[in-house]
Amino acid sequence: MTKRVAIIGVGTTGFRATTPDVSYRELTYEAATKAYLDAGVEPKQIDAFVATSEDFLEGYSIADEYSPDQLGAVLKPIYTVSGDFLQSLASAQMMILSGVANIAVAQGMSKASNMLTLSDMVTFAMDPIYNRPLGESPHAVAGMEMARFLYETGTTREQCAQVVVKNKRNALTNPLAGHGVALNMDYVLNSEIVSSPLAQLDISPHSDGAVVVVLAEENTAKVFSKKPIWIRGIGWCSDTPGLETRNWGQAVYAQMAGDMAYKMAGIRNPRKEINFAEINDEFSYKELQHLEALRLFKKGEAGLVTEMGGTEISGEFPVNPSGGCLGVGNLFDLNGGHTVLEVVLQLRGEAGKNQLSNITTGLAQSWRGVPTTTGAVVILSN
Amino acid sequence: MRRVAIVGAGLTKFYRNTLETPKELAYEATKMALDSCEMRLSDIDSVVMGTAPDAFDGIHMKGEYLSDGAGAFRKPYMRNFVGGGTGVFAPIHGWFHVASGMFDTCLVVCEEKMSSAYPHPAGAFLTIFDHTTEQPLFPTLIWIFAIEMNRFMTTHGYRKEDIARVAVKNKKNAMDHPSAQLPAEITVEDVLNSEVMAWPVNRLDISPTSDGAACLILAAEHVARRITEKPIWLDGVGWCLDSAYWCTRDLYYPDYLEVAARQAYKMAGIKEPSKEIHIAEPYDPFTYKELHHIEGLMLAPRGKSVQMLVDGVFNRDGNLPCSPSGGLLGVGNPIAAAGLMKVIELYQQLKGEAGKRQVPGNPSCGVANAWGDLMQVGTVVVLRK
Amino acid sequence: MEITEKDVLRTTTKLSANDILDGKVLSVKWTPNLKYAWDNGPAIGRYLAELKNGNVIAKKCNSCNRVMIPPRMFCELCWRPSDEWTFVHDTGTVNTWVVSHVDWKAGRLDIAGGIRPYTPAVIEIDGASKGMGILHLLDEVDPWKIFRGMKVKAVWKPAEERTGSITDIKYFKPIE
Repeated sequence: MTKRVAIIGVGTTGFRATTPDVSYRELTYEAATKAYLDAGVEPKQIDAFVATSEDFLEGYSIADEYSPDQLGAVLKPIYTVSGDFLQSLASAQMMILSGVANIAVAQGMSKASNMLTLSDMVTFAMDPIYNRPLGESPHAVAGMEMARFLYETGTTREQCAQVVVKNKRNALTNPLAGHGVALNMDYVLNSEIVSSPLAQLDISPHSDGAVVVVLAEENTAKVFSKKPIWIRGIGWCSDTPGLETRNWGQAVYAQMAGDMAYKMAGIRNPRKEINFAEINDEFSYKELQHLEALRLFKKGEAGLVTEMGGTEISGEFPVNPSGGCLGVGNLFDLNGGHTVLEVVLQLRGEAGKNQLSNITTGLAQSWRGVPTTTGAVVILSN
Repeated sequence: MRRVAIVGAGLTKFYRNTLETPKELAYEATKMALDSCEMRLSDIDSVVMGTAPDAFDGIHMKGEYLSDGAGAFRKPYMRNFVGGGTGVFAPIHGWFHVASGMFDTCLVVCEEKMSSAYPHPAGAFLTIFDHTTEQPLFPTLIWIFAIEMNRFMTTHGYRKEDIARVAVKNKKNAMDHPSAQLPAEITVEDVLNSEVMAWPVNRLDISPTSDGAACLILAAEHVARRITEKPIWLDGVGWCLDSAYWCTRDLYYPDYLEVAARQAYKMAGIKEPSKEIHIAEPYDPFTYKELHHIEGLMLAPRGKSVQMLVDGVFNRDGNLPCSPSGGLLGVGNPIAAAGLMKVIELYQQLKGEAGKRQVPGNPSCGVANAWGDLMQVGTVVVLRK
Repeated sequence: MEITEKDVLRTTTKLSANDILDGKVLSVKWTPNLKYAWDNGPAIGRYLAELKNGNVIAKKCNSCNRVMIPPRMFCELCWRPSDEWTFVHDTGTVNTWVVSHVDWKAGRLDIAGGIRPYTPAVIEIDGASKGMGILHLLDEVDPWKIFRGMKVKAVWKPAEERTGSITDIKYFKPIE
């Protein structure tokens, strides 16, 4: 790669359980206004835009139609990636690297509160011939995966519950987070079993919100920003969509996405060269499974380190200082947007009470949720 | 800027109802494309999927479901979605993958299985309209096309009988296309006498809903030259989306298409499209749309396209063959796959491998476009020999 | 390598609609359960509330001087928050229209049996900027006598039947 790409602006509305006062238009407009102000750009200086949405999450057959107005992208190059926010980020980055844009924007939004039949929606993503007719709740897929992961790695339910306690506590001191709460482990372990061994509090509640990120090629970034955050590596991967053919214990998609990002970043020893990470913890055990898939911890180690406090804000390798999905809320395909936002704020020293010290490099990872095996990773440095 | 070439292509037969599942449709097109240039899946670095509303196939996050059928098992895979513009946007997205230097090869797959939607796929188009200000009126897609066609006709004084010639031309062209769903020799009278759907649109003004899939293989220059002696270069890309407030726009002219076309022409170094473009595949989901797009692509001055159509300029043996494939009207309209089918047509024509559809004169530069959303999106690619 | 007709024909298998309905092919049926409660926000929220009152409201952008309907909290062209609210009229001009024989499911209306075709139109609202239109239905007019520039007026539901919806206006009809 002969060119480098940096993030020069971020904007968000914050994340909370409901947003009854605004529609998706105002939500994205707010995030975009803040991001453009942060980057010091006006829409007319932006060469290309990437929106993130899935039809059924918004209730439109072609959600792409409603993307340009609130981004200032009317009559401009904009398209929608029906995927994870980090995939939109990768797409925007590729546009810059290909020379077709100097400044590009990635956007994502969640209005989970507007979806009245969430569980049916996720079921609708399952294979119509082999899986849906069984009538299982999508949480069953997560429950089965959790059972296999615990079995293969020796991780315990208690260690998973510790992830919940840590992340929800971190969220209390994150003004952007919607679901911060002080819990103890017993409370988590004793919550109602949803799909054994998955309990109610192992599952992230949902949130609404929007994130807009502004990227620029190297020279432009240096002109516009005093603190450009460099994209050192990015990777994304889809494993098999079939429930029948997947590896249940390990997150292969995360491993491959991570390896792709590490290779691009020239990182040989992830645990040493990366200081902290924002990892998808939509279900508590996912944080541990993803950490091991990303080679940040060895098989079976992530749970132990968590138990010892190693992934706390004060620990040797902070994970989800923002609170993760458990503390911020599950934003569906915007989860990636929230992880990259937090990594950028941390690297700039703008993360408030949860600010980490002596950091140069952070990792943001996302997963598209049940029933997918698709995820992405981005590595950023200041 | 790295040069990107198309090195292989595959296209299934389009039918109104196929036995194959969406995954299988994607597989057939992908396999054909790989076989056409003797590449294997292990040679593919990345995969791009283009597929239109999930509502058709009846699967949320349809892209995920299709991924293994599209050869994306354990590969970097991304789905883009710009409504009907997807078929031509997918290769543009693939172009980013290769031109950026991140990947040397990219598999671009487009699939659509509209027959899954009951009672009729048209119902899925109710929900493209604004949920609060428009859906309570129970609009349908045909209304919006008819509205635009009406505006186009009344602004330029075009007549239905002239516009109908597009259907006659394309359905006849399609008789030479192996994938065609409804090729036929029809007359202008047939079109005018066909059932009124929503005046001024008659049944034969509309392309049929279909099941089908298409695939293109893109490769960086140094790789392309190893694979084939006849790489076709993807030299220009452009894309543009207009405001969602479609009732505020004057629908007689697709501004968004002109903006996208200018971007693509500039990149390809084309200054006078009407002279330098030898062959075109303008998106033709409805008869008048082909003319609307020919004007938006600046291949004909505004208000003049009908005269050129009548004069035979757009026939296969005319000065500027348009939709020599037979287009959506003739070959079929499995939305995303249809757009890619048009790009594949240009690819085959420029290679000289379009069989009975081959246009004379050895064309070396072509343009294809797709359109979608609420009369909003223009996606354009320029191909060169 | 040229793609031959044989290659293409091998790829898919044709079915007729009856093959599925008659059960000749194994099939799975699923009716999705997709329900939403959309937050409309302050702009559309006010638009609907005013429709319930029998009014049509728009919003201004003092930078490009457009009076925008449907109202919006920001001007998408100037990229700035919009300015004051302003009521506009419930009359307008037909910009373009359609005479439809089909409903939203592509079902055919019984035109031969005397059912009136739908006549949706884009109506430029008086008081809003030129070209600012909304989609609505026309009625009480011969479908074949509609023309571009025809002046129309809203026909409202009686006050007690209005719910705060675009259908509080039943349709627009020509002004005599």
